[in-house]
Amino acid sequence: MNRIDRLFTEKKERILSIYMTAGYPGLEDTVPVIKALQESGADMIELGMPFSDPLADGEVIQQSSHAALVNGMNISLLFEQIAGVRQEVHLPIVLMGYLNPVLQFGFENFTKKCREVGIDGLILPDLPLKIYEEAYRKTVEEAGLKFIMLITPQTSEERIRKIAGASGGFLYMVADSSTTGARAGIKDTQLEYFARIEKMKLGIPRLIGFGISNSETFHLVCKHASGAIIGSAFLKALGKENGKATGEKVKNFVRSILD
Amino acid sequence: MKNNNSYKVDSNGFYGPYGGAFIPEMLYPNIRELEEQYMEIIYSDAFQEEYRGLLKDFVGRPTPLYHAKRLSAHFHANIFLKREDLNHTGAHKINNTVGQIILARHLGKHRIIAETGAGQHGVATATVCALAGLECIVYMGALDVERQAPNVRKMQMLGAEVRPVQSGNKTLKDATNEAIRDWINNPVDTHYIIGSVVGPHPYPDMVTRFQSVISEEMKSQLQEKTGRDYPDYLLACVGGGSNAAGAYYHYMDDLRVKLVSVEAAGLGVESGQSAATTTLGRDGIIHGSRTLLMQDADGQITEPYSISAGLDYPGVGPIHAWLNRSGRAEVVNVTDQQALEAAFLLTRLEGIIPALETAHALAALEQLDLKEDHNVVINLSGRGDKDMDAYSAHLPGEKKKFTTD
Repeated sequence: MNRIDRLFTEKKERILSIYMTAGYPGLEDTVPVIKALQESGADMIELGMPFSDPLADGEVIQQSSHAALVNGMNISLLFEQIAGVRQEVHLPIVLMGYLNPVLQFGFENFTKKCREVGIDGLILPDLPLKIYEEAYRKTVEEAGLKFIMLITPQTSEERIRKIAGASGGFLYMVADSSTTGARAGIKDTQLEYFARIEKMKLGIPRLIGFGISNSETFHLVCKHASGAIIGSAFLKALGKENGKATGEKVKNFVRSILD
Repeated sequence: MKNNNSYKVDSNGFYGPYGGAFIPEMLYPNIRELEEQYMEIIYSDAFQEEYRGLLKDFVGRPTPLYHAKRLSAHFHANIFLKREDLNHTGAHKINNTVGQIILARHLGKHRIIAETGAGQHGVATATVCALAGLECIVYMGALDVERQAPNVRKMQMLGAEVRPVQSGNKTLKDATNEAIRDWINNPVDTHYIIGSVVGPHPYPDMVTRFQSVISEEMKSQLQEKTGRDYPDYLLACVGGGSNAAGAYYHYMDDLRVKLVSVEAAGLGVESGQSAATTTLGRDGIIHGSRTLLMQDADGQITEPYSISAGLDYPGVGPIHAWLNRSGRAEVVNVTDQQALEAAFLLTRLEGIIPALETAHALAALEQLDLKEDHNVVINLSGRGDKDMDAYSAHLPGEKKKFTTD
């Protein structure tokens, strides 16, 4: 069974998925951060492949992406780094990134490598539903990967059902009309949106992301979905508190969310 | 690639393999709204009446088609200049912003965002926002804000807020990223006025249609001046490619017309300091569009360079990627130095100071095999006021002769 499906079968609430940028803060930090996340009690890892022009991302992920590229990160190197990760890490790992670097790597080759190293799912926000279904879905599914798609407060009900039908693993609910890390706090209108989607009975688990930054917002949105995704706040924590070891920063952050 | 004889956008938003809308879901409702409505709105009687009226009385159209006699003598051909430099705000950019501001009002949007490189599109956007009384925010790379201070002041005087962009190389590509991020954060009340034939469908087609007034006028003007409504050669500079798309539009299917797209070679195509996208680029995705793209082996977008801030874009409009790949348009590369020389030549022979972007198109005349009876049209996309610092720094010595030979 795909690790994502297993996670949602075994755990129904308060799932914590953490987004990290590969090769950040240091080039060789990718695997140590993944391991520290597992040891700290995170449930899933979204491993970001850095891109020069991350359109959907706010400042924090722009900066971590830029730093990772300056460090020398690229897709080939990422696959080398995580080649042996499955010997120790059992958490589901989802690769997240923009389409262009994946196309230059070669889409089929990319999905093949994903399968080899034990990747469970993909999030490519700028690969739209229609083109995914026409040109890429078959390749993704043949490699045993879950393709996770996004919905937003502006997505129509009809389109949400289409996206839910084409998505694998879980549905990524963008909490607000925003780029990543843009806004703090959860407004009443967002809670209404969460409740509206809950009532649709989509038959696929949901995680809520964008704007979830601390224990309070995590536990609040967890009332309306199986769990939540935290990215920018985590990367901020990784970057600051100089002096502490990376592993300790990871543990402190995850503890601050779950406790 | 279903119809090799059509260079116009297909029903899925593609030009051959290029174009499309590779956008995150956050932008889907905005793009969908535009896609569903743009054709109906812009070809409605109410829209056309207002658009045509503003082009005539506010922009100053039609722009002249000027027979440049001394330039013609110099190159031994019949050279005509389509005078887009005479438009209000000094370039073709305003043809598009006038159209998009009316469209924004039809869509009920009251907040306008735009990106700008040299500031020409920013000024053209700020101008129509003042005209329409709409809030205007212009994203501009922090480096360009410094380099193009007069245009920044113009935008501010027109009531726009200029937001310097600190990411990446702090130029046009980064300003475009930031405008798109603004749109993601303000999906309901905001219209994004893109300045070129780039971005996700329907922008490339919509901007092309707004610029197509250039070739529409050219046809009747050529008929009147030469007795036939088409030229042998049609030249335009291409950064994103909006002035070229407008100049080509009514001639794309007329194979008697040789289309020549001129790209900025910066310090030389192989120098690592250029914006020669078509020569150096490979298929890729930038700003929601599949097109030719300057990128490294890992698919990271590389930073282009040109002396002209309006040409240093690492991609090219998907229509141009297709015109080139299908063999319809020929691409010529022109360096900074060649462009500067062409600008001085035009200035001394015809008394017209062109924009640095346009100077690239003029320089390409040197590379064509012209004959005395050839009719050549150059789209003179903009005037050179904004480039006086660059021109002053490179003024030719007194001994340099400019002749008609």
